[in-house]
Amino acid sequence: MTQTPTPTPASVQGPSGAPGLSEPTSNGVPRRSSLTQNTLPSWLWIVMLGGSVILGAALSALLGFNLATFFIFTAVIYVISSYIVTRTRVNRRRATDGLWTNLVYLAFLIALMPLVSVIWSVASVGIPGLMTPGFMVSDMQGITGLVDQASQTEGAPVLGGIAHALIGSLLITLAATAISVPIGLLASIYLVEYAKGGPLSRAITFFVDVMTGIPSIVAGLFAGAAMAWFLSVFSGVTGLLTTQRSTLGITAAIALSVLMVPVVVRTTEEMLRVVPNELREASYALGVRKWRTILKVVLPTAISGIASGVTLAIARVIGETAPILVTAGFVVNTNWNLFQGWMTALPVYIFRQFQNPTSPNFSDPSEQRAWAAALVLILIVMGLNLFARLIAKLFAPKQAGR
Amino acid sequence: MTSSLTQSDKRGVAGDRVFSALTLSAGVLILLTLAFVALFLTVNSRDAVYQEDQGGWILTAFLDYAYPLVIGTLIASFIALILAAPIAVGVALYISHYAPPRFSKSIGYVIDLLAAIPSVVYGAWGMSFLGPALIPVYGWLHENLGFIPLFAGDPSQTGRTIFTAGVVLGVMILPIITSVCREIFIQTPKLHEEAALALGATRWEMIKMSVFPFARAGIISGIMLGLGRALGETMAVALVLSPGMLTASLISSGNSTIPAEIALGFPEAPPGSERQAQLIAIGLVLFLITLLVNMTARWIVSRHKEFSGAN
Repeated sequence: MTQTPTPTPASVQGPSGAPGLSEPTSNGVPRRSSLTQNTLPSWLWIVMLGGSVILGAALSALLGFNLATFFIFTAVIYVISSYIVTRTRVNRRRATDGLWTNLVYLAFLIALMPLVSVIWSVASVGIPGLMTPGFMVSDMQGITGLVDQASQTEGAPVLGGIAHALIGSLLITLAATAISVPIGLLASIYLVEYAKGGPLSRAITFFVDVMTGIPSIVAGLFAGAAMAWFLSVFSGVTGLLTTQRSTLGITAAIALSVLMVPVVVRTTEEMLRVVPNELREASYALGVRKWRTILKVVLPTAISGIASGVTLAIARVIGETAPILVTAGFVVNTNWNLFQGWMTALPVYIFRQFQNPTSPNFSDPSEQRAWAAALVLILIVMGLNLFARLIAKLFAPKQAGR
Repeated sequence: MTSSLTQSDKRGVAGDRVFSALTLSAGVLILLTLAFVALFLTVNSRDAVYQEDQGGWILTAFLDYAYPLVIGTLIASFIALILAAPIAVGVALYISHYAPPRFSKSIGYVIDLLAAIPSVVYGAWGMSFLGPALIPVYGWLHENLGFIPLFAGDPSQTGRTIFTAGVVLGVMILPIITSVCREIFIQTPKLHEEAALALGATRWEMIKMSVFPFARAGIISGIMLGLGRALGETMAVALVLSPGMLTASLISSGNSTIPAEIALGFPEAPPGSERQAQLIAIGLVLFLITLLVNMTARWIVSRHKEFSGAN
């Protein structure tokens, strides 16, 4: 549209350039001068949008009304008609400007659609499953195809739950955090405090960036292969663990840390860099050693940002499916031991329930459980995101006094 | 007097040394990890290309197996890019230059929420909602544009096609491209923008003349980062696509991607078998492709940083 909210300097200033001299605002011609003659009335776009909505609805109704065609027709009609109107009433440049403004707004609306659609679909399908009693506290032990079949044919309640998957996700993510936070923290301290821009630090920065793009499944393959090799060497040396397989919770934790470390390094590095140098210098001036300065002055100053970055990293890896699927497998019962036996994580649970329903011919109970688990997972991830922003906001270092 | 000073000094020096060595080793460990990823994948994929009982090297057999997957991965990723890139740039522009400044930050959070949704949820959504919703579109494309090889072939009755997978991937990479572009757009020198406006440019002309030239490298690298993510995305494709042979048609079921193939095949593959080695080998191929894409993207960004004066 043409009535841009921020008037360009050209239109404000007018052709003569000197505001005091122009505009003889006589009562005969009320400011309908060169300033405003090239603009359309400000209500026009509402009228045109209304017209487009009606036309779009009519056209869509011809094809059998649905929301998608309605939206497409309305958008196309509105964008084209507003371009034509501006083009004929004002000029080509304004029309192009309006066209791109409309397209940018349209892009934003299109981007919102999948978000709304995903959240709506997961919530609407997932809530009934979530409301099933015992869903959060029971695992899938003893839930066979027959049980699911009974729930569908005889109206029995849908049994089974996600307790084992929640515990698995929690343990694996905690272990991954315990591995990657120290490594990531120390590496970023090296980059910020010790490295002097040499080739090593530049290589670390570059490859940390590259590592953020590692496909998650490749991280899983790596962790599985590395653990298998380690176990074979370990049992060869000590004679223990002869038949141990590498499918363990801890393998999944290693896979997740490969994905998590670069995120932690990036965020921590940014946070450490904004710690003012005066604080470090004040500490040095008191004779404090560098490592104590870092531990007692620099880290506490940046701790809120670091905590928020770590939370975001956890939120990222807790939703990962592929690396856990290929490293920790999936089971139906609760496994508390990271170092023994297979383990189920929440995303893997969702995937398996969709892909291999417990009862192949009666897949509805499985899908109900999967959707409810998806809802739980979304709530966890979004909660973590919100929590991270909250930490960053609440515990930010005080700005006053400096 | 000197003794107490030097004593404590010694301990302090030791602390400093230990701590700096710790941080250095953590940094080196990251580099080593990346090297080990490449090493372990290479070692474990040996069985896929070399089998003693099949007469040594079986490279052609592996290539025959791998190339449809590589092409399928590329097809899905390019569909995602073509759909997501223009919209992502538009959204980034909306946040940086069109939205009311008071809300632009919260709008950024909303777009970031797209990145927060786990991939398996996107997969479920694509399988159960998007796919069925696209069936009439596929039917229409087949009827009216069936002469193009892309839309030839029987349209899928479940909607679980490579095109649906591409759309889901597009949604997933949208926030990545958006956030990179947004960062760069915001860094456009204010003076350039104001100079353009002062010369009478409309807002679009200002963006075209000052924002885009400044941000070109950033946009390209953002798109490449999105490409890297799309190439490696597993679960969405594994759930959405019903895999099959390589076919040019986007609207019938068929094609597969490397990550989906690994995710579907790996849990069933016995450890140490040739099948597992094969899956690890295509994992290595995927790793190398994404490494290349990501390194190029990062290289563009770092090169751009040096002369833009933005940082």
